[in-house]
Amino acid sequence: MAGHSNYIPQSAFAKWMHERLPLWAFVKDHALDFPTPRNLNYWWTFGGILATMLVLQIITGIVLVMHYTPHTSMAFDSVEHIMRDVNYGWLIRYMHANGASMFFIAVYIHMFRGMYYGSYKAPREILWMVGVVIYLIMMATAFMGYVLPWGQMSFWGAKVITNLFSAIPLFGESITTWLWGGYSVDNPTLNRFFSLHYLLPFVLAGVVVLHIWALHVPGNGNPTGVQVKSGQDTLPFHPYYTMKDLFAIVVFMLFFAAWIFFGPNYLGHAINYEPANPLVTPAHIVPEWYYLPFYAILRAIPSKLGGVIAMFASILILFVLPWLDTSRVRSGGYRPIFKGFFWIFAIVCVALGYLGSKPAEGTYVLWARILTAYYFAHFIIILPLLGLLESPKPLPASISDDVLSKSKAKLAAAE
Amino acid sequence: MKKLASLALAGLLMAGGSALAAEGQKPAKGISFSFEGPFGTFDRQQLQRGYKVYKEVCANCHSMRLVSFRNLAEGGIFTEEQVKALAATYTMKDGPDANGDMFERPGLPSDRFPSPFANDEAAKTANGGALPPDLSLITKSRPGWYGTFNQLWNGIGGPQYVYSVLTGYEDAPAELAAEAPEGKSYNPYFGSGHWIGMAAPLADGVVTFDDGAPNTLDAMAKDVAAFLAWTAEPKMEERKQTGFMVMIYLAAFSILLYLVKKKVWADAH
Repeated sequence: MAGHSNYIPQSAFAKWMHERLPLWAFVKDHALDFPTPRNLNYWWTFGGILATMLVLQIITGIVLVMHYTPHTSMAFDSVEHIMRDVNYGWLIRYMHANGASMFFIAVYIHMFRGMYYGSYKAPREILWMVGVVIYLIMMATAFMGYVLPWGQMSFWGAKVITNLFSAIPLFGESITTWLWGGYSVDNPTLNRFFSLHYLLPFVLAGVVVLHIWALHVPGNGNPTGVQVKSGQDTLPFHPYYTMKDLFAIVVFMLFFAAWIFFGPNYLGHAINYEPANPLVTPAHIVPEWYYLPFYAILRAIPSKLGGVIAMFASILILFVLPWLDTSRVRSGGYRPIFKGFFWIFAIVCVALGYLGSKPAEGTYVLWARILTAYYFAHFIIILPLLGLLESPKPLPASISDDVLSKSKAKLAAAE
Repeated sequence: MKKLASLALAGLLMAGGSALAAEGQKPAKGISFSFEGPFGTFDRQQLQRGYKVYKEVCANCHSMRLVSFRNLAEGGIFTEEQVKALAATYTMKDGPDANGDMFERPGLPSDRFPSPFANDEAAKTANGGALPPDLSLITKSRPGWYGTFNQLWNGIGGPQYVYSVLTGYEDAPAELAAEAPEGKSYNPYFGSGHWIGMAAPLADGVVTFDDGAPNTLDAMAKDVAAFLAWTAEPKMEERKQTGFMVMIYLAAFSILLYLVKKKVWADAH
């Protein structure tokens, strides 16, 4: 979308088409010739991996819907019908269920890559914020999807999460009743979750288009954080990055396949193979692994409303990250102190996830409180101060300078 | 600062444990089965024996809603002829017919395993108030042990759980014996508290196997646990075999792509 097209239609038909719908020019400019920094490392391949996962989730999901029945008395059995009687139904379902986890693994790597390399900084604030919207839609979609098999954890997870809204003052109870479509989690809840679970991925796909649009205006960031200055700094997207991305995607599929075929139930909960029973509460209600850090934050706050606010705040704070980080240097590679805090933050997030999987009692709660405080301090205190206090390392003059000096160093080391 | 964080993390990890297990539940006995591991397959002889234990003992109280007779042929446990004959030994209620009457007919391979009770309430009444759970998915829904890494390496231990409960009946320790609820037995492996509504269902010799295999409590418990692993995941062998091919294909494809990528990038540096 930046600059004019290099495409010159050759044949008579191409000219005729170009004047009416310049589709090929669009593909050429945005998928083939798009100038991309030449120094992107493999952490940059997760965008392509995520796009692949979204497509796979939509395809497997559409096939599952052909055999699934969204009714409390039939949902569980219809999923087992898929597992037992539908041709390759077990494969489609395991792909979809594990695909959700893979989607989240990839999105977390993608987000932490953005945080390390300062991908959210000007002129890419909107790109980052659209990304946070995508993440929120993913969370909502995955939550509703987990309810559909109507197992014990589906039911009780839905109950716990929807109950959170009852903490809202004055309207809380009414909102919960409205979400449920009744006075408890029941058939209307299952039906609307099914409807929305089918709708949201397409909304997500639309927001992904915005995300890529917002990427193609300023162009990709890169590991040095230095803006592209000349044609020397870039390579055409095809074949350089199509091949690099494709290789990374297939390696990721290898990882994905290992789960599908050799540990398909590890990432879920055993008790979800028991049909939902509103009269029997499981001993421990635990959300899927990808929500665990937020679940820990929710339970760290002694008041219900406070917990809900803290949980939502922990995600919404990402929207203002571009303005909380005061450093003008984008890449963490040139910020020695930031680098240390980045890794501490990453460890804190993992530790919060661990605490989210444990019962909210004793030392677990104490640790969850300390780490929740640290989580927010990272954004509100550490990042704003670091930018002012830290003296960054000198930046390379340009991307091509950096690439050249690195390959020279490599050559020298080889000799 | 970094040091402090890693210290904190170490403290956190040590504070772990099996918090998800019910109070006082013993981890299941770590016996091994032929179907474990990436190449494991079911032992058909064992499944036949396990089916016999299920049919003669478990099926008196437990339903198996999700499994049909035809699955026994599909899983290679019995031949189609054997399954037809087996299904025909049951009487099924069907209907309504053209006159609106319900009628009885011999079972067909397409019929599900019949349930011992008409409904959950009848099952509870006949079993001292406790509902015998459906066994179709029991080895997938009951973990034998807990722990993030333990389950990653050893699986969830569902078949081991079944085996351990069946062989785990013992006298309650003195301090607990006094509080024994009426009609319940002590079983430290049971997942929801150590008092179980089911009296020890198996004992040496209660089932006689056609293949002359040992019919000790231990052998029968193992056989029926294997059978229940099959009912929970009848497509397991197909999954692992397909997975093996997929992994080889993807590995080869990724090597080729790496070489292509390397060649494409050779002139870029």
